[in-house]
Amino acid sequence: MLKDITIGQYFPGDTFVHKLDPRIKILIIIMFITSLFFIDSFFPYIFILGFILFSIKISDIPLKFVLKGLKPLALIISITFIINVFFTKGEVLFKIGPLSITKEGLSQATFMALRLIFLITGTSLLTLTTSPISLTDGIEKLLSPFKKIGLPAHELAMMMTIALRFIPTLLEETDKIMKAQMARGADFESGNVINRAKNLVPLLVPLFINAFRRADELAIAMEARCYRGGENRTRLNELKLNKQDILAISIMGIFFGFIVSTRYI
Amino acid sequence: MIIKTENLNYIYNPNTPFEKKALDNINLNIEEGDFVGLIGHTGSGKSTLVQHLNGLIKPTSGKIIVDGIDITSKGANLKEVRQKVGLVFQYPEHQLFEETIYKDIAFGAKNLGLGEEEIHRRVKKAMELVGLNFEALKDRSPFELSGGQKRRVAIAGVLAMKPKVLVLDEPTAGLDPRGRDEILGKIQKLYEEEGITIILVSHSMEDIAKLVNRIIVMHKGKVAMEGKTREIFEQAEKLEELGLGIPQITSFMRAYKRKGNQVRDDILTVEEAKEELINYLRRKGNA
Repeated sequence: MLKDITIGQYFPGDTFVHKLDPRIKILIIIMFITSLFFIDSFFPYIFILGFILFSIKISDIPLKFVLKGLKPLALIISITFIINVFFTKGEVLFKIGPLSITKEGLSQATFMALRLIFLITGTSLLTLTTSPISLTDGIEKLLSPFKKIGLPAHELAMMMTIALRFIPTLLEETDKIMKAQMARGADFESGNVINRAKNLVPLLVPLFINAFRRADELAIAMEARCYRGGENRTRLNELKLNKQDILAISIMGIFFGFIVSTRYI
Repeated sequence: MIIKTENLNYIYNPNTPFEKKALDNINLNIEEGDFVGLIGHTGSGKSTLVQHLNGLIKPTSGKIIVDGIDITSKGANLKEVRQKVGLVFQYPEHQLFEETIYKDIAFGAKNLGLGEEEIHRRVKKAMELVGLNFEALKDRSPFELSGGQKRRVAIAGVLAMKPKVLVLDEPTAGLDPRGRDEILGKIQKLYEEEGITIILVSHSMEDIAKLVNRIIVMHKGKVAMEGKTREIFEQAEKLEELGLGIPQITSFMRAYKRKGNQVRDDILTVEEAKEELINYLRRKGNA
């Protein structure tokens, strides 16, 4: 169960995509997401699909690994699909009791489900090819112009780094506590919803206690090393744009323009 | 034979760049009533191996037979297996969650579906076994205790399930010397008085030398050495090659012998060394 979560999991590699500047990658993803919402027909999806498959190919990530990221969100995708199928008005195809499936509903449902799938695969591609550290570096740099209007860019980035940094730790810990309680006969897999929720207590209590303990220790460790915000801090790896970054963002710019234009043609 | 493994293999994250062979063709036989030490370098697969023994991890291939039941077969009753093989994890105090010590220790017994009276009896007994005062502590919160006491509560929680085999994964890690001696003393007593089969995972060669009858040495997911405690610690060079060592006192006696003193070099504990040295000095005095 726990090992299915690929969101926020870096898949190491040394490809063109991996080496792109994180700022560029974030901008590309923002453009990608925006373009998805400009699409109003099935036809441009072909290009989106092509774009995703091409990116997966050149970033050397097994397709299976990307698809696995869809699994935890399968429920949301199916709910979206079902709601759209049944609650869109139009030409009735067939009826099941009070519910009716319409032609428009079917096409709308497929359309929405595909949008979600593209959204998830596209964004998980960002986290799969970018290490959390460079990702937050990128975010911090992108947000830094807003410092002037009082946005604590560095602190936000720091909080994100810490949160991301602790995802694997907490997952590992959850796994360990789960096993420890299972060794004492706890059952996390059967029973009805209420019982299952109750059975989570032996897992959640120790998990929270440990998380708070860790947070405390981290805070003390940071203070012991005189940590304070972003002013005048230098960094180990300065972000620099190179030709490939410019190339990637230009291609994306053209692609974005093209997708947006399909709406108005 | 209470635990037997046949060609046990386990691979972490198969088919990803993080793929790692954690266990490589492990064949083990643990006799009932034995006290086995499991040693090995960090990452040698000890913890992975012990988690197989009560079905917490399913092997990639191979068989595990606990008390005559193949626990890897479909439909094996894992709850029963986990009752038979009690596993105490590293830092087990991190799993405590109940409001009172009594409730926490009773958790495992309760999951077995026992009656109130039986649970009460078992909790009391388990607390006695680990040296916690039942009346004084049962209604207190486990989080008020010291590290060593918390750990003993966690061990009691496993003991309350009355396991036939007790597996302890580094039970003394991070404890002060007194806490360590207390835990080890209780483990020794459990073995001697309750006749439980014990598997002890440890990095401390001293603890292993003092307690166990037999040693299994793991290296890179394989069983590198196996034998009686004395036989294993006689092979100091091989152990050092595997990133391990021998007890300090054994090392001392070996060095002393190399200096030309006719003493035994298979000494395991300080007490043994003391006797041997007194005998040696007497022999020398008489000669």
